[in-house]
Amino acid sequence: MFRYLLGRFWQSLVLLLLVSVIGFAVLNLAPGGPLSQFTLTPGMTQADLDRIATQMGLNRPLPVQYLDWLGHLLRGDWGRSFRDGRPVLDIIWEHLLATLLLMGVSTAIAIFVGTCIGVLGALKRYSIFDYAATVGAMVALSIPTFWFGLIAIYIFSLRLRWLPAGNMYTIGHGSLGDYAIHLIMPSIVLALVNIAVWSRYMRTATLDVINQDFVRTARAKGLRPRRVLIRHILGNALLPMITLLGLQLPTILGGALVTETVFTWPGMGRLFLDSLGYSDYPVVMGLLMMSAVLVLVGNLAADLTVAFVDPRIRLS
Amino acid sequence: MSQSELLVSTRSTQPWWRSRTVRRFARHRLAMFGLVTIIILVLACIFGPFLLPFDDLYIDLRGRFSPPFTGYHFFGTDPLGRDIAARLLMAGRVSLLVGFAAMLLSTVFGTVLGIVAGFFGGRIGTVLMRFVDAMLSFPNIFLLLAMAAFIKPSPIMITLIIAATSWMEIARIVEAEVRSLRERDFVVAARMLGLSNSHIMFRELLPNAIGPIIVAATLTVARAILLEAYVSFLGYGIQPPLPSWGNMLNGAQQYLDSAPWLAIVPGAAITLAVTSFNFIGDGLRDALDARSDML
Repeated sequence: MFRYLLGRFWQSLVLLLLVSVIGFAVLNLAPGGPLSQFTLTPGMTQADLDRIATQMGLNRPLPVQYLDWLGHLLRGDWGRSFRDGRPVLDIIWEHLLATLLLMGVSTAIAIFVGTCIGVLGALKRYSIFDYAATVGAMVALSIPTFWFGLIAIYIFSLRLRWLPAGNMYTIGHGSLGDYAIHLIMPSIVLALVNIAVWSRYMRTATLDVINQDFVRTARAKGLRPRRVLIRHILGNALLPMITLLGLQLPTILGGALVTETVFTWPGMGRLFLDSLGYSDYPVVMGLLMMSAVLVLVGNLAADLTVAFVDPRIRLS
Repeated sequence: MSQSELLVSTRSTQPWWRSRTVRRFARHRLAMFGLVTIIILVLACIFGPFLLPFDDLYIDLRGRFSPPFTGYHFFGTDPLGRDIAARLLMAGRVSLLVGFAAMLLSTVFGTVLGIVAGFFGGRIGTVLMRFVDAMLSFPNIFLLLAMAAFIKPSPIMITLIIAATSWMEIARIVEAEVRSLRERDFVVAARMLGLSNSHIMFRELLPNAIGPIIVAATLTVARAILLEAYVSFLGYGIQPPLPSWGNMLNGAQQYLDSAPWLAIVPGAAITLAVTSFNFIGDGLRDALDARSDML
């Protein structure tokens, strides 16, 4: 167990290092590099550019620049925003919670609905419901999230006027119920793709478990079907789903970016796009790195959870 | 019977279009739906613009925001009075072309990297696959937008960066496939014959891993079209006046109340195209998977 944990930590660390290399490469190897923002300034001469490059340390060898950049990153110095000069990490923290809230609620919805659809599909295999769920999942995977969001806004806020079209709360209102109402549409829109993925995997996982000996034994010894379903089938089928949840994190985070844009949700995705609009590269790079770090931490957390929950790994 | 005759006799004498794989694919209703839809879409995008009475760039400020089915505008007009049907078909050319090209690039790159990593294994394989893992740690859209922000957005550059962010899954699939084939008898035999590494990789291993590659490539077209739609919708992809399905949706949100068709029509086109490719991919997976024969 301890060796497993250690190995897993080590792996994540190596990945984190590689991620930082890729992030640095994206920042530096792009045409123009970090200087590209200055080249468009009127009256900028080559001599000015050279001076800025020296100031920013851009004339040093790339590996040196990388180590310097990484050192600052590790010490929590992620640079300052071009827009308002505030530390990048502070700005990201402010927007992180909104994104995590959206992702959390949406994932909870996706897990619940996806599990129900997947298990039902597996129990009633090849029924009309199973077939409809299969086709529905493939269509849901193909719908652009932002388009689904626009259609939802059109129907539920513009035509029916049931739900607000965007933002996280009504200004000057901000009660818990108000937050909840604003959360409904974006979280369901973000959940759609994950419901599709989750229900597909859940169906397969349930089918894998359902024909195993211990399920037959449980039925044979006269346990009520509901108890067999919850304890024996769900208990085992949900285990691989924890790993899946970790693997789905990049998709969920990417979907959150698009959803936040459509619903003007004040999270990381919205910040990312705003920063792109202002060519605020330190914030863009910070968010890029932060998104990868979140994914890596999420994956690690998922694997550790499985290790603790699953006695086969825990005891080995 | 000599050995060469034996080899010939095991070859199927059927033409390829009557092979079991093709027949299985043809029985897959959703896949056939997808295939027919894509063929119709491609033909419409190629020939449609010549048949419509409108140019996709013709601005008619008096005819702004015509709803669908009014006058000659089948899908209505946009905020500049341009015919949406004409733009939709021209946009289809761009979006489908970007999707196909990005798929080709990422499939070739992913396949080569996967074969090399799977064949050599060991340290080379580990390093390459860790690189794949690291790339997959970034949410696709974040990486795509970050890259798009640094480049001059032209259709070719957009294709390149979409390919640059979507080759990893194919690399993983191919690597796993090659790793499982590496110790098989035909590879060992090829090694003993003294064939070069590149011959074994691309003449022996590649043809045997082609099934999963085709499936993954089909699904990659679907994803590439979606990715193009995402970046263009967010304003960092294909730039107007050149239409794409994604950038047609770019300004649609502010007119959602008064002119919902601006959003509905291009989004439906994206969904239709992407769904069709996903259906085809699913059908190919079933058709190429020899194990499904036994069911």
